Amino acid sequence: MSLGGSIERVDMMKSMINYFRSLFLFELLRGLGLTGRYLFATKVTLNYPEEKAPVSPRFRGLHALRRYPNGEERCIACKLCEAVCPALAITIEAEPRDDGSRRTTRYDIDLFKCIFCGFCEESCPVDSIVETRVYEYHFENRGEQIMTKQKLLEIGDKYETQLAADRAAQAAVR
Amino acid sequence: MSDDAKITIEVDGQQLEATPGQMLIEITDAAGITVPRFCYHKKLTVAANCRMCLVEVEKAPKPLPACATPVTDGMKVHTRSPLAREAQKGTMEFLLINHPLDCPICDQGGECELQDVAVGYGSDVSRYHERKRVVRDEDIGPLIATEMTRCIHCTRCVRFGGEIAGLRELGATGRGEHMRIGVYVEHAVSSELSGNIIDLCPVGALTSRPFQYRARAWELSQRDSVALHDGVGANVHVHVRRNQILRVVPRENEAVNETWIADRERFSYQALQSEERIVQPLLRENGALREAAWEEALAGAAEALQAAGSGLGTLVSPNATLEEMFLSQRLSRGLGSSHIDHRLRQSDFRGDAEDAPMPWTGSRFAELSSNQATLLVGSWLRKDQPLLNHRLRQSVLAGGAVMAINPVDYDFNYPLVESVVTRPSEMVSALAGVAAALGADAAGVTVEPDATQRAMAQRLKSAGQGGILLGVAAHLHPDFSLLRRIAANIAEATGCNLGLLPPGANVAGAHLVGVLPHRYPGGRPVEQAGLDAMTILAGNCKTLLLFDVDPEFDVANPALMKQALAGADKVVAISSFDSPWLREHADIVLPLAAFGETSGTLVNLQGDWQSFCGVVEPKGEARPGWKILRVLGNLTGVSGFDFLSTEEVINEIRLEAAGMTPDNRLGTPVSTLKPELSESDELQRVGSVAIYDVDAMTRRSPALQATPDAWTPGARVHSSLAERLGLVAGDEVRLSQAGCSASLPLQLDDRVPDKCVWLPMGSPGSENLAAGFGPISLEKC
Repeated sequence: MSLGGSIERVDMMKSMINYFRSLFLFELLRGLGLTGRYLFATKVTLNYPEEKAPVSPRFRGLHALRRYPNGEERCIACKLCEAVCPALAITIEAEPRDDGSRRTTRYDIDLFKCIFCGFCEESCPVDSIVETRVYEYHFENRGEQIMTKQKLLEIGDKYETQLAADRAAQAAVR
Repeated sequence: MSDDAKITIEVDGQQLEATPGQMLIEITDAAGITVPRFCYHKKLTVAANCRMCLVEVEKAPKPLPACATPVTDGMKVHTRSPLAREAQKGTMEFLLINHPLDCPICDQGGECELQDVAVGYGSDVSRYHERKRVVRDEDIGPLIATEMTRCIHCTRCVRFGGEIAGLRELGATGRGEHMRIGVYVEHAVSSELSGNIIDLCPVGALTSRPFQYRARAWELSQRDSVALHDGVGANVHVHVRRNQILRVVPRENEAVNETWIADRERFSYQALQSEERIVQPLLRENGALREAAWEEALAGAAEALQAAGSGLGTLVSPNATLEEMFLSQRLSRGLGSSHIDHRLRQSDFRGDAEDAPMPWTGSRFAELSSNQATLLVGSWLRKDQPLLNHRLRQSVLAGGAVMAINPVDYDFNYPLVESVVTRPSEMVSALAGVAAALGADAAGVTVEPDATQRAMAQRLKSAGQGGILLGVAAHLHPDFSLLRRIAANIAEATGCNLGLLPPGANVAGAHLVGVLPHRYPGGRPVEQAGLDAMTILAGNCKTLLLFDVDPEFDVANPALMKQALAGADKVVAISSFDSPWLREHADIVLPLAAFGETSGTLVNLQGDWQSFCGVVEPKGEARPGWKILRVLGNLTGVSGFDFLSTEEVINEIRLEAAGMTPDNRLGTPVSTLKPELSESDELQRVGSVAIYDVDAMTRRSPALQATPDAWTPGARVHSSLAERLGLVAGDEVRLSQAGCSASLPLQLDDRVPDKCVWLPMGSPGSENLAAGFGPISLEKC
């Protein structure tokens, strides 16, 4: 019996508190307080595309094929990237170049298949295939999603400074 | 060996039975216990120089190499004990000291024994920081790419050269770290089996040059097939990627090719991607060939064949599959013509009536290795059937004697005990001399045997197991019937096996299914025999059906072929490869699937039926031969063409040819044979086929054509003949034969007998001449 009596008392207290809270608009003031705090806080939303988020040196964006400083393409057609690619997005064909060196004659990445896991970059023994910080691109026609060797090399040439800096920044942990 | 000679050893706690004298590694291999190794190879002698197979043997003070440790009774071996592992790991570390870390650009990467063993037995870090050794590369020819820095000195290639190829081309110079494997003086290796060192090399020091950098082992899928360049029928694995054959490697079959294949089997696949492949049916319209649809071309072909009826002459390549051969003869005979032949390069058909039912080597291939005496007649076995020559070489190593009667002093990789090198016209009398020395019938040729012939006869007679092998040159000889008859008589008189080694991959099959004018399938005789290949071409058939024939190079007499093509009303060609003569004369060309693109069966020269599947899609619009023939059969209304697969065709062939086994016994002698070649003073042509000119594929393989074995365009004569004629090497000479002439550079070769000109059939320039054997004249132009 005594237990029943104490439950009744607690219920009465709760309804009393709720009554006073609603009477003095306590909930409203608390909500306004939150609004007010964010009104004056630093904003995190970016006005993309005018503003852009910072990108890590490890960012895995559009692919590129790099060259050595002397202009020689790095890729040696070892096909490890092709083998490791979980999405089978990479297709390579190779044969000896006129000077006898091992080179690709075809290096295609199908960006519709690619899942941007970065395994290709990780498996590359010569840092040739890399993923850039570029994530803004689009295709207008079917077939354009195939990144050919030519396109990849051009991307590599365009971003080489950044790519080299990123590799250097990560050298200690790679 | 009897059972009581067996002993028991214990390996890793497992009781294994062994024969005394066996090496430990043979026992562990048979039991499936892995022992790492580099230098050991079951077909080569034991060198024990890589030390990778060290295992712990109880009571032995140190680990012992499994490949060079004979088993003893009660021996206890541990292959994975701490001591064995330590030894293996140590060896691995030493091997990797000088091995470059260039796996990403090494073609062996992914199928490398060193990689595999390093993962399984090596350490994960190197303690070696010094500079690695660098070795200068040698160019050893168009087939094998070298990167000698990668060599780990297992010497498998060196031992292969001495023991299997019979040419010590590669060797080791220097010792220890200064040891180098090379060819001493830089030259292209010339062995016809040289490609096997690519498979033997456990690392990437020796790799395939035509395949270089083209694909990785993990990209390829491996399918089984059978090679088709000679009657051995070597078993091969075909490696395929994205519907393209990228390389061919041997498939082990102890009874046929052991673990080896010849270079032409390995590298001829290059021709499949040749520009000269026919990939679309072609029809002649207004004098020129135009591309046509299959329906149109087939209808045209069927109409032409039907109109020809008994005037149809069919020439089938001796490399065609059994199914294609069977259907082609059924088509021809269904249309009323028995004028069908596969013996395109043969010129003597006088002995057809006594033809052997199904030619073969006369003994199983493996038994050739135990011949005590062998007589080669008109055979450059080394280049004609390289793998049979390897078997015969084993017999020489075991003390057997090989003798030869040849039209050229062909070089063999073993010494010939007795050798007669004569002009083609004297080959018959040379062989008759051997028969006469034995008192055997020499088919009417009377000759007094000389000392050499007596010695040959004596050796054959005293041999417990001997053989007389009639080679390619004998089969193409204008007096083949005589040579064969005399050889059969000698075989009978001496108890030796008569072996027939004709050119072509499926000659036994052709006899089995009756691609002969005088035989039905199963060897049943044709009452009214049709015309043989030469007679068909001599203008007797107004409609020609060519099945996989390069008209310029695949026949005994190109001049006759040219005439026949020009004189024929209709020429229907089913062909894989284009050629100028087809362009000029064929009315209908149907594209044929080539090696690897069709299923089928080949019967080799020991009578094995070897079936294989197609491994890639035929190129372009090409279709398998049996399908083309089936549709032609249906369109022409010939019955018996309702096959859905090659298995169904084979089942029918099994019924038709039931009970046929390889058999070289000749029929009742044809009595009226007289030597065709007269022993006059005229120059004679020696025209057996060169190793890389045997068929359309080898001729179109750039790598093979770049080897020293490929026939360099030209005619070869003895230097004394050239001197008499006032000619020097390199002179342009005009060769004339039966109204045809060709000008070719002159080459000097003292292996050619005097008054002879060596110019093989199928060699460049030979298409402008006539018969492969026969009189020829030569003058400076």
